[in-house]
Amino acid sequence: MARLTPENEVLARTIIGRYPVPKSALIPLLHLAQEQDGWVTDEAMAHIAELVGVSAAEVLGTCSFYEMFKREPVGRYLVNICTNISCVLMGSDDLLSHAEQRLGVTVGETTPDGTFTLEGVECIAACTEAPCLQVNYRYRYKVTPESFDELVDDLAAGAFADEIPPHGTLARVRQVIAADRVAGAVEPTDGRQPEWMGDPDGGAS
Amino acid sequence: MTVSDVAPIITSRFANPDAHTLSGYRATGGYQALAKALSMSPEAVANEVKEASLLGRGGAGFPAGVKWGFCPPGVWPRYLVVNGDESEPGTYKDRMLMERDPHQLIEGVLLACYAVGCGQAFLYVRGEMALAQERIAAALNEAYAAGLVGRNIMGSDFSVDVILHWGAGAYIVGEETALIESLEGERGMPRLKPPFFPAAKGLYMQPTIVNNVETLSNVPWIVNNGAAAYNELGAEASRGTRMFAVSGHVKNPGVFEVEFGTTTFRDIIFDPRYAGGILGDRAVKAFIPGGASAPWFFEEHLDLPLEKGTVDRAGSMLGSGAIVVMDETTDVVRACLSLVRFFAHESCGKCTPCREGTTWLERILTRIISGQGRPTDLDLLLDVSDNISPGIAWPPKQTTICPLGPSAVSPISSALTRFRGEFEALIDDAVAARTAVTPVEITVGSHG
Ligand SMILES: Cc1cc2nc3c(=O)[nH]c(=O)nc-3n(C[C@H](O)[C@H](O)[C@H](O)COP(=O)(O)O)c2cc1C
Ligand code: SF4
Ligand code: FES
Repeated sequence: MARLTPENEVLARTIIGRYPVPKSALIPLLHLAQEQDGWVTDEAMAHIAELVGVSAAEVLGTCSFYEMFKREPVGRYLVNICTNISCVLMGSDDLLSHAEQRLGVTVGETTPDGTFTLEGVECIAACTEAPCLQVNYRYRYKVTPESFDELVDDLAAGAFADEIPPHGTLARVRQVIAADRVAGAVEPTDGRQPEWMGDPDGGAS
Repeated sequence: MTVSDVAPIITSRFANPDAHTLSGYRATGGYQALAKALSMSPEAVANEVKEASLLGRGGAGFPAGVKWGFCPPGVWPRYLVVNGDESEPGTYKDRMLMERDPHQLIEGVLLACYAVGCGQAFLYVRGEMALAQERIAAALNEAYAAGLVGRNIMGSDFSVDVILHWGAGAYIVGEETALIESLEGERGMPRLKPPFFPAAKGLYMQPTIVNNVETLSNVPWIVNNGAAAYNELGAEASRGTRMFAVSGHVKNPGVFEVEFGTTTFRDIIFDPRYAGGILGDRAVKAFIPGGASAPWFFEEHLDLPLEKGTVDRAGSMLGSGAIVVMDETTDVVRACLSLVRFFAHESCGKCTPCREGTTWLERILTRIISGQGRPTDLDLLLDVSDNISPGIAWPPKQTTICPLGPSAVSPISSALTRFRGEFEALIDDAVAARTAVTPVEITVGSHG
């Protein structure tokens, strides 16, 4: 698979430039790689290592800590059902079993046609809307077995293409800082007191 | 009922469909606090927030203004890191604030940077929150273009970049030192405090203020209206308003901004304006007052006010403002397992008592539930808990680097103290089933 495309490499350099220390850009760049390919490939990690100036092992070290980074392909739709307390109280165990039956996979697996991957996940901060799930990190609230089946049918039929982008794409708006507006990354070794804090000898701290 | 109809402070724009846009925010008083602050000295802004008794809303409840004062004098640069990693089970409010009123948060971030002298700010949003990231990116883009963020803000000598950053799925990264590690591009494992208190040695070992999204969202109102007006609301140290998510077995689960310190648990759980009572009008068996890490409360605690000191003294915490209600039909052993499994799964693995202990707690509970329990299991649960949190007391002691390990002990000690009989019944059934098959009871060793 792929290194970052030339366009993404340009974007990657912009992102790195925003941080006082390049390694801080690792997680954003891994997301960029996952957005490009749907998962994080070894080639992309090697490319990121070059761009950031760390070893490929360090990139893997960071990547492997975080659950959202998939190091093998997943389905077009990642279906994450919350399995934590508020959702458990409202029947998420049954929802998860139903989902396994409906999709014909067990938790962690992908359907043979590559459309759905099913996961049981920790609290997704929608506890008052239990039981709830995310499809490629877009929410569905108060899900019943019936509404789950409908959702699966609709997704398989290609509905919600506008609302739910392919796996790997999170925000569809990127931060853009115009050159004439940027204040600039402040390096840790930059010992200067900020201008607005007043006269450095005037006692302001 | 002590429910007071105070005007909302941080959710005031939630009903406006365009609240997340710059025009919508500006039409409702947005960025006036920033303009006002720029006409004041940074010190005066910091003092106003310090006087306002703004308790941190991320979990620990430490006063924001006091924390801001902890940066060692003369050490530069300072950084601001916004904690938008909301992931404590039961907690739902920061995501709302980021999705529905991102400019209010950005204005709070700018005010904090101005007051403390932070040269750069990082807004760390939880990875799974795609819409929040999108709304904040769009809001920052608009604010930059309007001269409200970046170089020479509103034409002044105040310049600061606010960088949107997001995580990739790990609860522990919500802990402030793990958040900093993660922002440095590392595996999100906590640092030992002391010496690594962020205000002294934080991001890149520089003084760093870490504040929660809800905490900072209060700051524009405080600067606009003053500390005195803020302190008119609330009781004791718990001033202003606070958002609480009420979930579980209630008729009208929801996120409610109520007066802090005066509203009671009974109000927020039963009042028709809030959660509206228990499903099917059943009785309350237990409720968690402050997120998965908090010891449970029961019927007799319902009339306590949502006030930090009061709840602390009663043996629990308001934590992240997450109230989870369990009615009389709840299987507490399963509820307990669900909570413990979360902590076992999210342990970062750095400390042995947490890594091994939470895993064992999960295994023992699992075997009790699956009919394999042993008469010694309850003592074993307490023994393992004691290794993670000596004395199983509140506030917890810890043998670990961060409080995640002891958090797993809260549900165990709560459930075992109050509902020991339910655990014993499962174990008795299991023992009876085993004896029914084999005439001689076989006691297996502790490895299973
Ligand atoms: C295991 C653990 C998880 C935490 N998760 C969060 C979180 O998701 N969001 C948050 O704001 N604070 C969280 N905290 C608290 C932070 O460490 C820190 O106290 C807080 O962000 C400071 O902001 P505040 O003073 O404005 O509350 C967590 C703490 C621990 C120990
Ligand atoms: S207590 Fe648990 S989560 Fe916290 S540092 Fe230790 S192992 Fe990691
Ligand atoms: S417990 Fe399911 S979303 Fe929070």
